[in-house]
Amino acid sequence: MLNEQGWLLSLALFFPVIGAAIIVAMPSEAERTVKRVGVVLTGITLALSTVIAFGFDYSSGDRLQFETVVPWIDAIGARYHLGIDGISMPLFYLTGLLTFLCAIYTTKIIPEPGKPKAFLALMMLLQTGMAGTFLAFDLVLFFIFWEVVLVPMYFMIGMWGGPRREYASVKFFLYTLFGSVFMLVGFLSVYFAASDAGLANPWDIIELSQAAGIGTSTFQTFAFLGIFLGFAIKVPVWPFHTWLPDAHTEAPTVGSVLLAGVLLKMGTYGFIRIALPILPEGAVRFAPLIGVLGVIGIIYGSLACLAQSDVKRLIAFSSVGHMGFVMLGISAMNEQGIQAALYGNIAHAVVTGMLFFLAGSLHERYHTRDIATIGGGMLVKMPRYGALLVFVSMASLGLPGLAGFWGEFGALWAARSPAPAIAANWSGLYLGLVIAGAAGTVLTAAYFLWLIQRVGLGTPTERWAAEPLADVMPIEWVSWTPLLILVFVLGPFPFVFNIQDPAVTNLVSFLGGG
Amino acid sequence: MAIDFAAIAPELVLTATAIVVLLVDLVLTGGAKQLVNPLAGIGALVAIGFTLPLWGDDRSTFGGTFVVNDYAVVLKLIFLVSLLAILGISWRYFAESRFFQGEYYFLLLVSFIGMLIMPSARDLLLLFVALETVSIPGFVMAGLRKRDLYSSEAAIKFFLIGVLSVALMLFGISMMYGFTGTTSLSGIAQELGQWGSSPPPLLLASLLLIIVGFGFKISAVPFHFWAPDTYAGSPIPVAAMLAVASKTAGFAGLIAVTFIAFEPFAEVWAPALGVLAIFTMSLGNLVALQQRDMVRLLAWSSVAQAGYMLIPFGLAASGAADVNEAAVQATVFYIAAYTLPNIGAFGVLVAVNRRSGYRSIEDFAGLGARHPFMAMAMTTFLLSLGGAPPTVGLWAKFAIVQAGARAGDTFAYVLLFFLIINSVIAFFYYLKVVWVMWMTEPRDGMEPVTPGVNLSLVTAALVFGTVLLFLLPGLISDATAATDLVAGLS
Repeated sequence: MLNEQGWLLSLALFFPVIGAAIIVAMPSEAERTVKRVGVVLTGITLALSTVIAFGFDYSSGDRLQFETVVPWIDAIGARYHLGIDGISMPLFYLTGLLTFLCAIYTTKIIPEPGKPKAFLALMMLLQTGMAGTFLAFDLVLFFIFWEVVLVPMYFMIGMWGGPRREYASVKFFLYTLFGSVFMLVGFLSVYFAASDAGLANPWDIIELSQAAGIGTSTFQTFAFLGIFLGFAIKVPVWPFHTWLPDAHTEAPTVGSVLLAGVLLKMGTYGFIRIALPILPEGAVRFAPLIGVLGVIGIIYGSLACLAQSDVKRLIAFSSVGHMGFVMLGISAMNEQGIQAALYGNIAHAVVTGMLFFLAGSLHERYHTRDIATIGGGMLVKMPRYGALLVFVSMASLGLPGLAGFWGEFGALWAARSPAPAIAANWSGLYLGLVIAGAAGTVLTAAYFLWLIQRVGLGTPTERWAAEPLADVMPIEWVSWTPLLILVFVLGPFPFVFNIQDPAVTNLVSFLGGG
Repeated sequence: MAIDFAAIAPELVLTATAIVVLLVDLVLTGGAKQLVNPLAGIGALVAIGFTLPLWGDDRSTFGGTFVVNDYAVVLKLIFLVSLLAILGISWRYFAESRFFQGEYYFLLLVSFIGMLIMPSARDLLLLFVALETVSIPGFVMAGLRKRDLYSSEAAIKFFLIGVLSVALMLFGISMMYGFTGTTSLSGIAQELGQWGSSPPPLLLASLLLIIVGFGFKISAVPFHFWAPDTYAGSPIPVAAMLAVASKTAGFAGLIAVTFIAFEPFAEVWAPALGVLAIFTMSLGNLVALQQRDMVRLLAWSSVAQAGYMLIPFGLAASGAADVNEAAVQATVFYIAAYTLPNIGAFGVLVAVNRRSGYRSIEDFAGLGARHPFMAMAMTTFLLSLGGAPPTVGLWAKFAIVQAGARAGDTFAYVLLFFLIINSVIAFFYYLKVVWVMWMTEPRDGMEPVTPGVNLSLVTAALVFGTVLLFLLPGLISDATAATDLVAGLS
């Protein structure tokens, strides 16, 4: 069977590293060739991912497929354990797709100071880090991939970012590092507790999940706290979000797309894959807090969006709100909640990734992202571009029938009846959370509609009336079309639910019924 | 009593090399003098050749004062590899500045003889002799640039502090002998065990005096004052040797006295060293933030690194063999992982400094454009010192956290908390250097960076090692995790 070929997954995972080496070895004068080779290399990675997607047995998505287990560090018993299941599959594929689209986009549009070689090589290294996080089933391996992401993204923001890139890149690096060391402390505590409990492979995520709770309830609470900090900073959960607006705003377009599209997902994925099943008792204790923080994130993110004058910063803050819905879904700790969270993840990646592409192109044309300076009339000036902005904004605000809807609606629906262990004490709180979250959806609609009103409607101001602003360029159509299709398809055809379903059912069984 | 010559073969080889180097230097003249460097390198390689077969053995000679077990072999290999690396970054530096080449290599080798003895010594007197053999050549080497006032200051400071610390230590040793009637480490452990829970204060004082003596060597706060000035004034390869090898020797001695001789009193010294760890890493990092001179930055960062290495000492508990073993393993692993990148960082400094005399952070401006390889190497080394991928430094931090989680008490988590805070602070200044190298433009009229072939090769080897050990940390962890590490100590 194809889905037993573990080497295929390793190849797809590490091919970008080979690609980066190829790019680095090329002569730097041949910039056009370098960019084309970048598209080909990321295309090969995507093709490998597609082969894996076709070989994947969707009916048994709860089982690890394309699995590889090789001993790695004997002294601590860490193993190179790679695999893919129904939860990892969409995220893994998305990583390949977004990187490919970013490479296409880069052939025409590359921020100052150019240097496509370094840019593409870093992007591919980043890809391996991101994809590896979704495929690692050993805590040490997971941690390594998690950390690998830091350095390329630091350079991407630092070298190609906006005016405040030094501040933003350092803040991103230090903030994430801070969380990840806490996470490491949590992982190692779990490791020693699992060793004492007699697990054969105390780093293995599957074995740890099946052990149905390691250590005492107090231990789980503290271990969860450490791991929570690491993931919460990455998501980011309010009040750990302050790195995000800076990083997203200053990052180059491609960096923002990958940050919003994949990096944030690493945090929510970590919660669902690691924190919840391995430390279920700790998770139950923390769930109300996660829910409250999530809802604060929804409200706070929306209010912050209303106050922004920079389009890109507005989209960045909208991520805080959207991830709030994802966290609300997780906090319900039942099947619907996890499904909604994962779906919200994917939808946010597609929609917000697309929005960042649009924001980047906006900057390319107007050379500003200030809403007041742009001053309306985009639908007249650039009708196609304006229509796309309206379409994707509608998806982002959760309009039924488009991608953003299921995640938001599902999270609210799931939080109405959280897992029994939580409902026993906190059903009143969760009702409040649902009401507040629902109010948040209205605010979300408000800031997007207001944005469209300010930049899209009306007539172009004097400053832009005579400017020849190009409408959507062919290269943009090529790199955007797949995302636009997904934005539409994920609405009426929520097929990702089906991919995830067996794995989620399996996972929720570790939480003690849902 | 027959002497086990196989056990002391590495030390003998280095001794012979040191003498040959001194003699050959007399014969050679002018530019040919630089050939003593490869000669010393060959000596180091031969010594490695004699050390490797000792792996797995458990030898003891000189009446049990000199022991060769896996723990000693691991540390000896760390010393010999760092000797090779330091020789690598010394070649051009000393060949071009043309001062005292033969003397320098002789002193360097003698110092390393002391280091090789250190992890094998099981007697306070032998430890003292080893420590002095490490230090005294160091005093001279620090002052080798004798026309430079800073170099003289470096040597004087190092000398005075070194003598003071040794005097304190000897005083402690004499009192310890008075209480226990022995200088053998395991003998002391037995005697101390009999004092139970109420030892006389003077006994504790003597114990702390001995620890303080090593505290100077590893530049733990508040015994660190000499380090930054000495590093900054010394020739750069000497600074690398002091920051890496000499410090490792101090740790080897500290491990021996604390985990063997004073093990029964771990409840006394462990919290003290734990608190020292907190002060050392915090102060080292906070002061490093303010530095503009690269040597000083690395000097303060190495003070902070000593703080991380001290954390496992704070976890020790008397009688808890598994926790103590994990602690010693973590320190040894950290030392091993810290050696390559730190020497490498000094190596890049030598490359940039060569001919131009550049040494401030601003002088690294645009290094990514001026010499991409050296900038890439420096980035790797700095990431490793901070503990980020793709470098072995990540596993070093991992090892310390692992030892902390193994001990699992409140104090351990307090120590880990400070480790987390400090690793964030440390990245602040490491990233500052990275930023200057890659994201700023070079100044007009900057001297080109011309590292030369052999320095480039050494740097490339160190980069390769730093990244390779990230992918396969088992290459050292399997050695440091050799089960009889602590058991074999006594």
